[in-house]
Amino acid sequence: MSVPAAPLPAPSAGWSSRLPRGTLGLGVSTLWLSLIVLLPLAAVVARSGEGGLDAFWSAASSRQAVAALRFTLLVSLAVAAVNAVAGTLVAWVLVRDAFPGKRILNALIDLPFALPTIVAGLTLLALYGRNSPVGIDVSFTQTAVALALLFVTLPFVIRAVQPVLIELDREMEEAAVSLGAGPARVFTRIVLPNLLPAILAGGALAFARAVGEFGSVVLISGNIPFDTQVASVYIFKQIESDNPVGAAAVSVVLLALSLLVLVAIRALGRRGARTQRRAA
Amino acid sequence: MTVARPWRLGLRALALGYLGALLLVPVGLVFYRTFEGGLGEVWASVTTPAAVSAFWLTVTVAAIAVPLNTVLGVVCALALVRGRSRGRALLDLVIDLPFAVSPIVIGLSLILVFGAGGWIELPFQVIFSTPGIVLATTFVSLPFVVREVVPVLREVGEEQEQAAATLGASRWQAFWRITLPSIRFGIVYGTILSVARAIGEFGAVSVVSGRISGETETLTLLVEKRFNNFDLAGAYAASTVLALIAVATLLALTLVKPRQETSS
Amino acid sequence: MCSRRLRPPLAAVLVVLAGAGCGGAQDSSAGSGGGGGEAESQLALVAYSTPEVVYEEIIPAFDRIRAGSGVGFKTSFGASGDQSRAVEAGLQADVVSFSIEPDMTRLVATGLVAPDWDRTPTKGVVTTSVVSFIVREGNPKQIRTWADLLRPGVEVLTPNPFSSGAAKWNLLAAYGQASRAGQDPKAGLDYVRELLTEHVRVQDKSGREALQNFISGNGDVLLSYEYEATTAQRKGQDVEYVVPDDTIRIEIDIATTRGAPPAARTFVDYVLSEAGQERFAGWGYRPVNERVLAAHRSKFPEPSGLFEIEDLGGWEKVNEELFDPEHGSIARIEEQAGVSTAR
Repeated sequence: MSVPAAPLPAPSAGWSSRLPRGTLGLGVSTLWLSLIVLLPLAAVVARSGEGGLDAFWSAASSRQAVAALRFTLLVSLAVAAVNAVAGTLVAWVLVRDAFPGKRILNALIDLPFALPTIVAGLTLLALYGRNSPVGIDVSFTQTAVALALLFVTLPFVIRAVQPVLIELDREMEEAAVSLGAGPARVFTRIVLPNLLPAILAGGALAFARAVGEFGSVVLISGNIPFDTQVASVYIFKQIESDNPVGAAAVSVVLLALSLLVLVAIRALGRRGARTQRRAA
Repeated sequence: MTVARPWRLGLRALALGYLGALLLVPVGLVFYRTFEGGLGEVWASVTTPAAVSAFWLTVTVAAIAVPLNTVLGVVCALALVRGRSRGRALLDLVIDLPFAVSPIVIGLSLILVFGAGGWIELPFQVIFSTPGIVLATTFVSLPFVVREVVPVLREVGEEQEQAAATLGASRWQAFWRITLPSIRFGIVYGTILSVARAIGEFGAVSVVSGRISGETETLTLLVEKRFNNFDLAGAYAASTVLALIAVATLLALTLVKPRQETSS
Repeated sequence: MCSRRLRPPLAAVLVVLAGAGCGGAQDSSAGSGGGGGEAESQLALVAYSTPEVVYEEIIPAFDRIRAGSGVGFKTSFGASGDQSRAVEAGLQADVVSFSIEPDMTRLVATGLVAPDWDRTPTKGVVTTSVVSFIVREGNPKQIRTWADLLRPGVEVLTPNPFSSGAAKWNLLAAYGQASRAGQDPKAGLDYVRELLTEHVRVQDKSGREALQNFISGNGDVLLSYEYEATTAQRKGQDVEYVVPDDTIRIEIDIATTRGAPPAARTFVDYVLSEAGQERFAGWGYRPVNERVLAAHRSKFPEPSGLFEIEDLGGWEKVNEELFDPEHGSIARIEEQAGVSTAR
């Protein structure tokens, strides 16, 4: 095969080549996101401000709202953390291990998503509630909320880590093993840093989903105010009691707090990447 | 890295135990409850006119929302990882936002924007009609492909594309021949997640659809209706259809290269 | 790219999809009506969820009478408040039916329903019911009166009135009976406070979910509408119910919207006629038609202490004083109950 002599390709004609690389892509993405995401969210923010700052503040700082928000954020973080660890483990086993039925198991991972949340709630209630066949009754407790959230966020980290694991270059691992490193060391020093962005991406998604989850939690939690009531149920109550401004206000606060957590997770990821580059 | 046997078995046991308690048993119970009454009842339950129209509506909506999100998701991912322009960080942050919003609020916000008297007036009916359902579904399934592709893109790096560029390949050729195949699994898993999420969405769709039987009733809404009408067997049957769609999508997408995930 | 391995599974998937696309055996949707051809007029019925089973019978029967043939139906059933808000937000509706009056007056306020909607012989009401106690088979705890609910150890289930507007009837019955139909508000509130604080632990978001919760084994007694129990029984659920002597009359309303075709009025007249009311009676809804009610008197005994929402001051007063999410008494009881259980 003959190699052309030109060292670099001629830049394609047109204005897009004069802008920083990826601007067109960024522009298209922004337009897409604006239409589908930002506009509706802006409508929520606008609605929340309709009663003025006073109404916003009194709605967002009511005792029930605060309790619901705090519980939601804490339980979602916990669930994201658990699924981050467990999800990585499962992804590892699904990619690197081989056992009969693995393909079927892999196909079932997404079912927590595809099943309607009512069915998820009903099933969890039947299994881990009053009439539990395994004797575990966590119905109407905070544990039940965590359980429901673990169920619906199960696929996130697993599916985020799987493609990265598949594409992972094995040479470094094999080199480390040949130099005498044990499996734990190889994992933490070589594999994990490469998986970290995916784990964090999946974990962030899991957190965000857990924060907004409604249908699967509602049956098994009992929605006890100040106890097992999550923010989305509180918001729902505001809507049903003809208080849409209050509902929007609490939604905005929830969104803002979730945004903070997501920023923190990203920062964590960047720090992890920097340590990795320094170590390399 | 070949893991020593005791490690391997231990990890496998842990993973399977977790999946068993959290996934297999609940899903198994759903299937069991579905087929408790026998296959004939299940078939009758999923072939009623209401169920059939709900099925097609669900599939149609997913068939529009998911490809849109996939194509634009890849564009987004490329812009995030390979792009150099400012504003990337903001884009990165905004992509995850759809989830943190309660689904009911998503539905209501769509009504505020696209409904009668809303911010955007379109010549055709959006809310309480299929376009509204498509919008709600697109909203909730937006981030998946992006989030799946970004880590893979970062992992594979740019060396191959740069090599291709020095050999005279155009940007498009490099993308089609090198980038796309390397992020193939990110796209596949992202699409699988998108489809599952799209067909399983309930909250946002319940607000914007108007629940018009035979017209704007998706499978998830049908499940709720049957549950409300004490037709638990029917509710479970419809749920099983949803599960089967998700599994079918996964099989269809991953059968292209079946041996890849079992690399050892 | 289609490898050999791909074809058989793909084919299987396609067969399943195609099979699901074929026509169905039974008809379980209320959306059918008016023969197979083009309907002369289309009616959009938007109603709250529970009477779907009744309309599934009424609509085909309406289609068979002369006035009703050629009328096609689009039906939508959901939670009362959600449906009302949807119509307000633009959901097309010709006939509407809700379980609490505020859901109708919301539409009057926006001009979608005429203000004289309740100026009819039945005052806009299509059926009534009463708040009753749903208990376990055999009523092991012998729950028959409101005082029994406050016995130590009795667990009561009732949906949260803020997430289910229709659930307000339950608490209104509790309040009304203790306050002697509104004459002694303090006694009423004391009763409700004790009920909610000591005996109601879990608050489901809707009536049907509360019923499901009860059926799965939680609680000793469920506060619900009489027709919820009868509908559940007719659908094969194992439930028993008791109608206490003092209870409130639940009024379900119906109206046509402004600009609805004349067929809407014909349909509502049919629903209110003996034929339509018979269908309701069959499922346990108390008919407003005097003759049909008399014919089913044994099934619908009149409670000795029956009172109405009017006795409590009407919906506006009740919504403001009791159910306002910030200042209402019930909201305050909920807040205070949280103090004792909050961690």
